[in-house]
Amino acid sequence: MYSEKVMEHFQNPRNVGEIDDASGVGEVGNARCGDIMKLWIKVEDGIIKDIKFKTFGCGAAIATSSMVTELALGKTLEEAEQISNQAVAEALDGLPPIKMHCSNLAADALHAAIQDYRRRNG
Amino acid sequence: MQRIYLDYAATTPVLPEVLEAMVPYFSGEFGNASGVYSWSRTARQALDQARDQVAKVLGAQPEEIVFTGGGSESDNLAIKGAAWAYRDRGRHIITSAIEHHAVLEACHWLEGQGFEVTYLPVNGEGLVDPQSVKEALRPDTILVTIMHANNEVGTIQPIAEIGEIVRDTKAVFHTDAVQTAGVLDINVDHLNVDLLTLSGHKLYGPKGVGALYVRKGTRLVPMIHGGGHERRRRAGTENVPGIVGLARALEITHSERESENARLQALRDKLISGLSAIPYTRVNGSLAQRLPNNVNVCFEFIEGESLLLTLDMRGVAASSGSACTSGSLEPSHVLLAMGLPHEIAHGSLRLTLGRGTTEADVDYVLGEIPQIVERLRAMSPLYRG
Ligand code: FES
Repeated sequence: MYSEKVMEHFQNPRNVGEIDDASGVGEVGNARCGDIMKLWIKVEDGIIKDIKFKTFGCGAAIATSSMVTELALGKTLEEAEQISNQAVAEALDGLPPIKMHCSNLAADALHAAIQDYRRRNG
Repeated sequence: MQRIYLDYAATTPVLPEVLEAMVPYFSGEFGNASGVYSWSRTARQALDQARDQVAKVLGAQPEEIVFTGGGSESDNLAIKGAAWAYRDRGRHIITSAIEHHAVLEACHWLEGQGFEVTYLPVNGEGLVDPQSVKEALRPDTILVTIMHANNEVGTIQPIAEIGEIVRDTKAVFHTDAVQTAGVLDINVDHLNVDLLTLSGHKLYGPKGVGALYVRKGTRLVPMIHGGGHERRRRAGTENVPGIVGLARALEITHSERESENARLQALRDKLISGLSAIPYTRVNGSLAQRLPNNVNVCFEFIEGESLLLTLDMRGVAASSGSACTSGSLEPSHVLLAMGLPHEIAHGSLRLTLGRGTTEADVDYVLGEIPQIVERLRAMSPLYRG
């Protein structure tokens, strides 16, 4: 039911872990099925220099988390803020309709981490 | 890569002997059992024989067996059929919170038709207290329906005891024995039931065929109208090969159940104790009142679908009560009814063993699962290992 890309990211998730001296941390819970994703970013000169995630959720949740970190790494904060749920799902060659909300989780966590960074540096 | 099937509670393969018994009725002996010519006689004889075989296992009369299109249809016929037949006497129905969806949804539908349904709770092990049935019974209770064993956590309900309580009232008593036929004693007089559901494909017979036992004198309004088949309780040309297969499969599994149960139980217990050794793991369901082939555990801090996907990549087929694996994104109603919090129900894994399961399979799985759990926990924000 999942695309090959989803399965590939699920099997070999990129950027799993935590960043001890993170510049921003985002944590979001998914009301739909009760899953949780946490994402850490390290920002230097307005660029996401490092990014890590941990996710409690289904295959799609893990794959979208992995994909969002890949999409955001090396981007400016402004660029990263533009990454939408839709873009994450598309980069994975699509998700089954019932799993679309999992891509929500990943982009939301990224945006939350950026917000946290801005708050700290506001 | 080896493939290990551990989802026998979902469905089973047709046994070779069963398939062999069915084959003649597809093409050579294809007759409609309702005709007067010789093809029909052969088909009718096969049906009669199948009905006798099923009746014998149930300790029933052949005319008390109705063949249907499967377990869900049998449940629907029993519940809606009895509710409709007895609606002038009362409109109250009693069931439990952990029934199969075929029972729960039929009850929900009846609620919309003016019936009132009591959903009995279960204890932490998933067992219904017979005393709670006694307390829920009212003068207008017309039907009680409690499953013989639960499909998710394998708990075996005290059906005989509940049946004894219901027998003293005017209500009819139905049990869904889909998980226990061919495994436990399903003699209807031992269980004190008026209606009992069976399904072919859960006991190494074909899919799309089931049976409903209807005790003599129990009234049912049919759901499928159209002909005099099955004593006017279920219209439609009989699925002769399917019925022959169901009967043969029931006969075989029932007669071999003692030795097979002992074999499976040993494998089950090995799995349960091996998996329990993983930290933060709990076993769901009763250890004493449990189907011999059911293993159900929760691994805290991880989610069931990612567990199933990883197991599948390593050749193992299993199932989970996680919200993420259900079409509704709701976790298992059975685990929730047993009092498990959502996030723990999320990490549930069900392994159900069967005739094809070997000790080597169990050892393989016991080697794989701890690593998989470890790997997923390392990815989980909830885990502070
Ligand atoms: S995290 Fe629950 S469905 Fe994806």
